[in-house]
Amino acid sequence: MRQTFAQKILAHNAGLSQVTPGQIIDATPTVALSHDNSAAIAKIFRTIGIERVKHPGRLAITLDHAAPPPTTKHAQNHAEIRQFVAEQGISNFFDVGRGICHQVLCEEGLIMPGTLLLGADSHSTHYGALGAFGAGVGRSEMAAIWATGQMWLRVPQSIKISLTGQFKPWITTKDIALFIIGQLGADGGLYASIEFHGQAIQHLSMASRFVLPNMMAEMGVKNAWLAQDETTFDWLVEATNHPHKRVVWQATSRALWPDEGANYLAEHTFEADSIEAQVACPHTVDNVKPISDLRGTPVNQAFLGTCTNGRLEDLAIAAKVLEGKHVAKGTRLLVIPASSQVYLEALRAGYVETLLVAGAVFESPGCGPCMGNHMGIPAPGEVTISTANRNFQGRMGTRDSEVYLASPAVVAASAITGTITPPEDVV
Amino acid sequence: MIIENTIQGHVWKYGDGVNTDVIFPGKYTYTISDSAQMAQYALEDLDPTFASNVQAGDVIVAGKNWGNGSSREQAVTCLKQAGVGAVIAVSFARIWYRNAINNGLLAITCPEAVAALNKGDTVRIDLTQNLILVNDQQIPFPPLAESVQDIITAGGLIPHLKQEVRRLSGRFRATQNCILN
Repeated sequence: MRQTFAQKILAHNAGLSQVTPGQIIDATPTVALSHDNSAAIAKIFRTIGIERVKHPGRLAITLDHAAPPPTTKHAQNHAEIRQFVAEQGISNFFDVGRGICHQVLCEEGLIMPGTLLLGADSHSTHYGALGAFGAGVGRSEMAAIWATGQMWLRVPQSIKISLTGQFKPWITTKDIALFIIGQLGADGGLYASIEFHGQAIQHLSMASRFVLPNMMAEMGVKNAWLAQDETTFDWLVEATNHPHKRVVWQATSRALWPDEGANYLAEHTFEADSIEAQVACPHTVDNVKPISDLRGTPVNQAFLGTCTNGRLEDLAIAAKVLEGKHVAKGTRLLVIPASSQVYLEALRAGYVETLLVAGAVFESPGCGPCMGNHMGIPAPGEVTISTANRNFQGRMGTRDSEVYLASPAVVAASAITGTITPPEDVV
Repeated sequence: MIIENTIQGHVWKYGDGVNTDVIFPGKYTYTISDSAQMAQYALEDLDPTFASNVQAGDVIVAGKNWGNGSSREQAVTCLKQAGVGAVIAVSFARIWYRNAINNGLLAITCPEAVAALNKGDTVRIDLTQNLILVNDQQIPFPPLAESVQDIITAGGLIPHLKQEVRRLSGRFRATQNCILN
């Protein structure tokens, strides 16, 4: 039987020769991710009756969702996590300021092609960009994984998305992802594994590629996968700091590729050339419109950051748009690099200076106001344009506020005019 | 009312795409850890009348993709603590669905029932016959997989795991005794 990526990796992980969609397998994640929710997970874990985490080396914990802590309660939460980490001898622990879990785990070389990651975070789909299988689970499930090392998973059906053609100037994978979600709907990939194919992907940097599987969480998918190539291997060489030959060998020996002619639930083709800048309007991610329909909508706050679009390339494009210009009066531009490494590289490249001169507010690496914890909560009635992945009502902490989602170029251009603006209008 | 294999209560009806952030806002996720307190904020950003009026055994009925968004388990525990007996929807987001099973909250995928049920209706769910009863109608729903039923019967994944740990440690002791003997 010809198999999809999801079938291959789940069969391989469970020690079976092949599996079929719908089958339930016992998966053994090679990485188990959690973050500020780790104290709550530890609380559940302690009730099970097992004292030690089964595979402490497979756990990865970051403090990122409310970091540095905005209140005493948040600080207490972090303190409890540090204590648990020390007790259990968890070496892959990334404290306040290192950055957002999905960016940090990749930078730290913990993810390789063929890695099976389960994360207590819905954007765990992110890791498909490196040819890994990443899926989100709940807190109880994470506690069970800590205790037993295993978790049941249902083998998903797969959907094949082919990207063809070339991106127009200023158009990024964020626009493509929003376009796809707008077309297929917030449940367009429910329970499914998405595979991205097509030659348009080959020309993309890793920074751009991460956006696709990350955003697919907003379509209800279990995981999303991209083919690995030289770009992936080069990126891994840098991340793991290992010689090129060894990384390529490791990556190719672990990589799992879908078979030609595998069985897909649906197949879609999207033409990159035909897509203009896209914006997701309040209050759902699939409420997507082309930017031309929204030009001139006033914004109070522009937010550049998050696991979706807080990478060096994103800060670079914002710096390019904002160079020699200034954020509009009455509008604020928040910039949060996705990790300390991104921050440092942006500083060395001069992007931080360009953005600061243009009037940006820099904040420490982490999730920031994305989920309404701190660092830029909007006032009632205010409008934010953000590079994040979610715009649900109340998402940024205020029920009566609105969030539009767009690419870093659009967010930067909108900061200049104080209204939703395509980058070509200001550059 | 939730008695053994029957759930009975009033219907709270919502539309498509209800997400985790309106079920349990993100700003509370690291500051509220007491599940009874979580119940006070259930559906805060969707229906502010819900938390103060919901009664034990009430049933939420919703459209497509209920619970989409975050993996936060509080989006299930706040409802369970509020007394919700079951959620019936056209479809569920996958992490919310897993969290529901893992917390022993019944989640039923049944578009026919969603079409038949209206806000305020009294609905009865018969778990032995897999039937949803409203007015004169009897609507069948697909039975749960055995493994899922085991988890729900145990009261959730963690209680289920505790049972397993006890069972396995019993077996471990028995094996040890064999070796010693």
